[in-house]
Amino acid sequence: MKSFSGKALRWEWREGVVELTLDREPANEIGTVLLGELEQFVAATKSFESETAACIISSAQKRGFSAGADLRELYYGAVALAEKERNAGVRDFVERCHAVANAIDAAPFVTIAAVHGVCFGGGLELALTCDIIIADKMARFAFPELRLGLIPGFGGIPRLKRDLGNGFVRDLLLTGRSVNAARAQAVGLVAQLAGEGEALKVARATAAQVTKFDQAARVAAKKFIKPVPHAELRQEVEIFCELFARATVLAALKKFVESTDAMPYLP
Amino acid sequence: MHMRTLDQTTQEVVDLASKHFNVPAGSLAPSDDFFKKLGIDSLQALELLSRLENHFGIELPDYEVQGVSDFRTLAERIQSRL
Repeated sequence: MKSFSGKALRWEWREGVVELTLDREPANEIGTVLLGELEQFVAATKSFESETAACIISSAQKRGFSAGADLRELYYGAVALAEKERNAGVRDFVERCHAVANAIDAAPFVTIAAVHGVCFGGGLELALTCDIIIADKMARFAFPELRLGLIPGFGGIPRLKRDLGNGFVRDLLLTGRSVNAARAQAVGLVAQLAGEGEALKVARATAAQVTKFDQAARVAAKKFIKPVPHAELRQEVEIFCELFARATVLAALKKFVESTDAMPYLP
Repeated sequence: MHMRTLDQTTQEVVDLASKHFNVPAGSLAPSDDFFKKLGIDSLQALELLSRLENHFGIELPDYEVQGVSDFRTLAERIQSRL
């Protein structure tokens, strides 16, 4: 399926480049709908990967690339279940997120995230699966999970560690602060900076460049440069599920989803 | 190097907010609660944070502006990073 338009995203393949556009209000929160359609995308790429040189992931939502996991859905889904089913449900969701992330990470074409606005939590984890992150200069990046008593659960830490110095990784994780695009570029998280509203345009120019190269060389180079950190990713799933099972996490989520503060993402 | 006074920084913050959210600068005062006055939410406040960081060439960690809701106090936080 070379084109698709769903409830949370759409994609279109054209001349060796597939563009995946996230488009779910208000800010591409990753819940079961978005995840389900990402799974459909990953499955569909198998049918055209041999004729695909690049994939661009971007957002049509004004607020940004993605604000991360859909915490409202997560909380209300979790409280409706008994403890055992709740923990099993969270594990299943996290495993599905990992399967999608691992598939995009190892895709045999060049993946480019065109980021604007917020790129937080699960949104940043999705961007980190890509080979190249191109950011609008107004983009912001954060891993706010520790503010909820969790760690990133969709592969964030292993992928951040793969690419960046541990000092910055600790700063981002242990403070939960957000950083701007210039800082993200300075530490190597962002490959290229784009002017305001120009990230997708820059990503398309980058995709056009990579389509010129020999496919076998491109695939071999990517595999050599960017191994998927499977062992650490498995560890992450276990740590996340262990932390999530604590009552303090549900309490923190409750506080977040019921907050009417202007800045509810801050604990 | 020219150092900004707190008043100058405050005025620049007000001007940037006015421009970014398309609100007449004359309608904003340093002591205004910008969440209420601009009618913005947390994600829009982050847009303002990016705008301010890019303009002043600084980084302002979220926790330093946690609980800050008026232009003058925001300018004080920026001033300590200049």
